[in-house]
Amino acid sequence: MTADQLSQPEPTRRRVIGIFLGGGLLASFASFIYPVMRYLVPPAVADLGGNDIVAAKIAELKPNSGKIFRFGSRPGLLIMNSDGTYRALSATCTHLGCTVQYRSDLREVWCACHNGIYDLNGRNVSGPPPRPLDVFDVHVRGDEVVVSRKREA
Amino acid sequence: MFAALSRWLDERLDWDDLTAPLRHKTVPTHRLSYWYFLGGITLFLFVIQVLTGILLLLYYRPGANEAFESVQYIMTQVRFGWLIRSIHSWSANLMVFTAFAHMFSVVFLKAYRKPRELTWISGMLLLFLVMGFGFSGYLLPWNTLAFFATKVGTEITGQVPIIGKPMMIFLRGGEEVTGATLTRFFGFHVAVLPGLATLLILLHLLLVQRLGMSIPPKLEVQWTANPSAKREMKFFPNFLLRELMAWYVALGVLGALAAVFPWNLGVKADPFVPAPAGIKPEWYFLFMFQTLKLIPSKVWFIDGEVLGVLVFGLAGLLWLLLPFFESDQPSRTKGWITGLAVFALAYMAGMSVYGYLAK
Amino acid sequence: MAILRNRLRPFSAARYAGLAGFVVLAACLGYGQTKNSCLDCHSALPDPLGVSQEKFSQDIHAQKGLTCASCHGGDPTSDDPDKAMSRKAGWKGKIDRKQIPQLCGTCHSDPAYIRQFNPSLRTDELGQYRTSVHGKRLAAGDTKVAVCTDCHSVHDLRAPSDPRSTVNPVNVANTCARCHSDAGYMKGYSIPTDQFAKYSTSVHHDALAVRGDLSAPTCTTCHGNHGAAPPGVDKVQNVCSNCHTFQAQMYDKSSHKAAFQAASLPGCVVCHSNHGISHPTDAKLGSGPDTVCMQCHSPGDACDQARAGLQSALSQLDKAIKSADHVLSVAESSGMEVSEAKLGQDQARDSLTKARVTIHSFRTDLVDQDIQAGLKIAAKNLQAGKEAMVERNHRRVGLGMSLIAIGIVLAGLRLYIKKIES
Repeated sequence: MTADQLSQPEPTRRRVIGIFLGGGLLASFASFIYPVMRYLVPPAVADLGGNDIVAAKIAELKPNSGKIFRFGSRPGLLIMNSDGTYRALSATCTHLGCTVQYRSDLREVWCACHNGIYDLNGRNVSGPPPRPLDVFDVHVRGDEVVVSRKREA
Repeated sequence: MFAALSRWLDERLDWDDLTAPLRHKTVPTHRLSYWYFLGGITLFLFVIQVLTGILLLLYYRPGANEAFESVQYIMTQVRFGWLIRSIHSWSANLMVFTAFAHMFSVVFLKAYRKPRELTWISGMLLLFLVMGFGFSGYLLPWNTLAFFATKVGTEITGQVPIIGKPMMIFLRGGEEVTGATLTRFFGFHVAVLPGLATLLILLHLLLVQRLGMSIPPKLEVQWTANPSAKREMKFFPNFLLRELMAWYVALGVLGALAAVFPWNLGVKADPFVPAPAGIKPEWYFLFMFQTLKLIPSKVWFIDGEVLGVLVFGLAGLLWLLLPFFESDQPSRTKGWITGLAVFALAYMAGMSVYGYLAK
Repeated sequence: MAILRNRLRPFSAARYAGLAGFVVLAACLGYGQTKNSCLDCHSALPDPLGVSQEKFSQDIHAQKGLTCASCHGGDPTSDDPDKAMSRKAGWKGKIDRKQIPQLCGTCHSDPAYIRQFNPSLRTDELGQYRTSVHGKRLAAGDTKVAVCTDCHSVHDLRAPSDPRSTVNPVNVANTCARCHSDAGYMKGYSIPTDQFAKYSTSVHHDALAVRGDLSAPTCTTCHGNHGAAPPGVDKVQNVCSNCHTFQAQMYDKSSHKAAFQAASLPGCVVCHSNHGISHPTDAKLGSGPDTVCMQCHSPGDACDQARAGLQSALSQLDKAIKSADHVLSVAESSGMEVSEAKLGQDQARDSLTKARVTIHSFRTDLVDQDIQAGLKIAAKNLQAGKEAMVERNHRRVGLGMSLIAIGIVLAGLRLYIKKIES
């Protein structure tokens, strides 16, 4: 090969390699950094932990009424008593898993599927349910009603 | 620009002197050179673990009440949380695999011989640490499989005579596996083990740098007789570039695994539910687990499980001291260590497969 | 072994020897608070005269301070058998079967007496018993029927709340079956003996004996215990409706009620059986030879078509729920966030449960309401699952792009290495 031929392809080849490496490195770094950057930004829904959830705002419920809220992966039932205090129960009927509701006329918790009835402490008082409903703790924090699982002993 | 930077550093830190060994380091090239990559890949995967682990630390909450939910949160709510967590889990498994492969390649290439005994010992200790990382990390999502695998694993530890029970209580943070175990394992996984691992890695790398790359015995003989036949490449930049390629391939594999086979969340652990049938530990403990299952409950007057645990402990200790069994004269050794290594590899692989397929 | 009633003469000699020994033993062991000399001998005698101390100590009457003499009469304070078992002291010996209910009733039908022990115990058992099949037949002279001691046991009689009691809800069926499943014993009566066998396969048995759910029915729940009698063909659904309220309400308003009454068929039992009640599946609405509708209806008629419509509606909703479940579980195992939709599936399942209850109205329009509500919810969740899968595919595209970038870097490195080494 002559000196001419050697010097001509070299810069082009160097440039190609440069583009490949440089561009590739940039692209691959971008594909690594982008997810990490998005990851570092906290999501909109703050994770209070599996034990607490904001079930409602204080103005939401009227006395002697109930509301179904989501607690982890299961539904919960928030009840405002006639005297303005709150109580919260698991809303999954212990019979066959239907979602229970609060009956303001009976002042009891009722399952529409097979007429199971629980008292306001979750105890199964009538109908097919074999076990009581789990009871949760309720606190009012500012204008939020926070439901939490009972602490482990 | 790099030249200006290195000049700046050199004026203050005698940089060129420091980096001289690196620049002069060579790597022998021969038919089996590819095995040299394994150590670097294991190190690379470790770095990935540290980075993804730190990212996970930003959202993970240790504690029986919150661990599972926080991992669920990472997997479902955090942007790309599924990616970070799946990479962490996959990289963990790959790292265990490459660490074992690295260890076996060192055995078969006989790189543990004098003067590299300390490198071997630090490496074996690192291998034990890696398995400890795997065991402690596996519990952290606090799902049913992890809970019972930990229960069984620590139970087996308790079988060691005399010190077994105290060891088990130390590991579990109590008599049973509870939230205390989780907190303890978390401490091991993110503080104790990384600290020890970092020290050992530094030692291991320092020794490798100091002692240079080992050459397989037959080749060594050839090259000593005929120095002109020696083939080698510079570590920097040639070998390093090739290593970078290997690392990039590993990155691609990890990304693909994480995206196509995201790691399972499982079901939250409930200590009061009976253990699911056929509970098994992670694959890298399977060979020991399956062996213990096959030992009869009483051998002679010794309890079968105790015997199994003691045998594995002894085997591990002897394996740690492997270089000291290698005699100076190759003819004396006659490849019995290689034969033993073949048996060990076949046994571990076979038992792992058996354990995987068994009910 | 001959049953010795009042003739203990043959045991005379043994009696004195045994008595001597046992007086010593009794003195040493200090038997019971109330002096009960009867057990001194009778705890050593073989069956049927034997009553061991351990056995009697389980008896609730003994625990309340009653002695053998409370039922059998005699003088429990005397160690002399002749005095203890004398007619003058009121000794009755073995109580004749026909007398047993009356004997138990002397206390258990006396509210003032029972009040001293447990004010909330009922005292109407004897009256109820007299109305029962057992009571009526006993009065007519049949001594094979059950009397108090047959069910409640005797000498180790436990309170019904004790899980070991023969009349604890969990054990009742076994107790009834002792006679009612014995074909030999029941020969001569015109009732079947397969009730217990059938009941053992039923959902009620499974709930009560296996799952320990005490609200599940056993023999006495439907037949009564002291006033035991079959409810009667036209009253069966009253019994079932005590627990199965919604189904009974719907059935009451349905076309089948009048039809069954006219044909003197027992309401719920026609489709669900009485003792061998199995878990009802949608297959019950099928059209094969064994299914319930075809017992009366002919294939192809209007009712059969309605039946087919009901069955297909149920299976349509069931399928819709399952397919949404499937998509959601694939999405979730791919790491997608679908917990909201999964929770929503519960509502769809609720609708299916309600629809299965509404079947008892036999009205396709009512069932359709529940079905349509459920289908809407299932469709919404299926949509959510599909959207999650789309997002998952986006991830794969992202992965592909990063893999391409990695590929480019690898190619570049390869070229670079080649270059510096040429």
